[in-house]
Amino acid sequence: MPNPWVFIGLFIIIAAIIPIGAIVVALILGPKKPNPIKQSTYECGLETVGDSLVQFKAQYYVFALAFLIFDVEAVFLFPWAIAMNKMPLYVALEGVIFIVILVAGLVYTWRKGALEWV
Amino acid sequence: MNFWNDPVAFIADWLSGIFAGWGMPEFWSNLLVFAIGIFVLIAAIMVVDIFLVWIERKVVARFQDRLGPNRLGPYGLIQPFADIIKLLIKEDITPRTADKVVYNLAPILSMSSVLILWAIIPLAPLAWGVDLNVGVLYLVAAGAIGALSIIMAGWASDNKYALLGAFRQVATMISYEIPMVAALLIPVMLAGTMSMQGIVEAQTFGEPGVWFILVAPLAALIFAISSIAELGRSPFDLNEAESELVSGYHIEYSGMKFGMFYAGELLHAFTFGGFWGILFFGGYSVFGLETLPGLQWLSSPFIAVFMILVKALVGYWIIMWVKYTVPRIRIDHMLAFNWKILVPLSFTLIMLVAVLNKLLLGYGTLVYVAGMFLANVLLAIVTIMILGAYARRQRLAEEAALQIPARAAGD
Repeated sequence: MPNPWVFIGLFIIIAAIIPIGAIVVALILGPKKPNPIKQSTYECGLETVGDSLVQFKAQYYVFALAFLIFDVEAVFLFPWAIAMNKMPLYVALEGVIFIVILVAGLVYTWRKGALEWV
Repeated sequence: MNFWNDPVAFIADWLSGIFAGWGMPEFWSNLLVFAIGIFVLIAAIMVVDIFLVWIERKVVARFQDRLGPNRLGPYGLIQPFADIIKLLIKEDITPRTADKVVYNLAPILSMSSVLILWAIIPLAPLAWGVDLNVGVLYLVAAGAIGALSIIMAGWASDNKYALLGAFRQVATMISYEIPMVAALLIPVMLAGTMSMQGIVEAQTFGEPGVWFILVAPLAALIFAISSIAELGRSPFDLNEAESELVSGYHIEYSGMKFGMFYAGELLHAFTFGGFWGILFFGGYSVFGLETLPGLQWLSSPFIAVFMILVKALVGYWIIMWVKYTVPRIRIDHMLAFNWKILVPLSFTLIMLVAVLNKLLLGYGTLVYVAGMFLANVLLAIVTIMILGAYARRQRLAEEAALQIPARAAGD
């Protein structure tokens, strides 16, 4: 196998073609009788009031910020985890210190009340 | 090289021989053999997916004391094929105000995001697939695309309920990805590699050579919980909570597009069952029996594929069991459970495993495995005790606030 990413690229292309094929076949076989009522927004039989794109809760934004920090941190932890088997004990302890600093950030977020759903 | 030991390479050599006979350059014949292999693999997965629909309907029926599909064919086995024909000849209804491009892209992405996960699943020691050296990161990245398709569907449908479902999916995905990645770090740490093949081999031929469920049971539990949340299945199925959001993100989808969401969700659960098997239950190994003398024939690819499918089915069964037993939880409870319990717990576990792994490795397999197992169990017990104390304090505070006298013992 020359390059695994060639395989992944081919895999993604074929994995996209098969669902597209199924949907296109369904479009060809299915009936096409559109009318305004059928194409209106479905809300259990009620008329839609106002704009459909409602505002989202600001709370989601705070969780997204916290997520960003921990996801970037995961990128730093994976190389450390791979090298663990070949490294002495103090490397493990250095990783522990890194995680403790992160958890301190989590504790700060918690104490500030950013993790409460209001 | 013969057919029994390495069927894929056998067929691939045979095919490239044929293509070389046609005068095809080596690069293109390699690519064509790849494409044929991928197509066969994806077609096989789709056939499995069709039967997953039947299994899901049959199992939920048994959980609810019903019979399930039993009219078409023996045990209703032809029912999923009838469903497919019905989905194919249904009218495709697109809401007038929908964002057409994103609306049509979402169901395709929902299915293909699951299919591409099968590129890295090691079906057998030598069977077709790819052994990425960043397999675990690929799993996290491709798993997140499934959630992206839900967000796209909710946004493009131009429906309040669909959008609310999508918001909840965003919150679930970004929250539960952290304990999932943290739990994935532990097999990576123990195996010393991110490749799926390497993780499977470390559990059979590695230094301790035991399944990682024995070394890190708590990591397996955290991974199971967070992957169920990431799948959006009950008790975390807030994105399609039928009783409040009608049916959530796929409310405006009909026909085959709905079918793609449905089949993609089932296949996603089955795939994650497979990943539980690979990461914590030895992947395609037959309980480590193939390392014994005289039982070498057990490492044949045919038995390996059978084993990985059985392990994936067991994982799928557990996901279904949880889904049809546990009631749905509220979104604030779900987020609090993640950020206040799972995230601190998973980081404590990483620190514990990292240090203990170094300290115990010199004392032989038995001490190592027993020490790691007991440390995990101890951490779980401490967590449960802290939670119990917190819940008791909370309850007492609420009772005091309501001026209700504390209940007498034995009441």
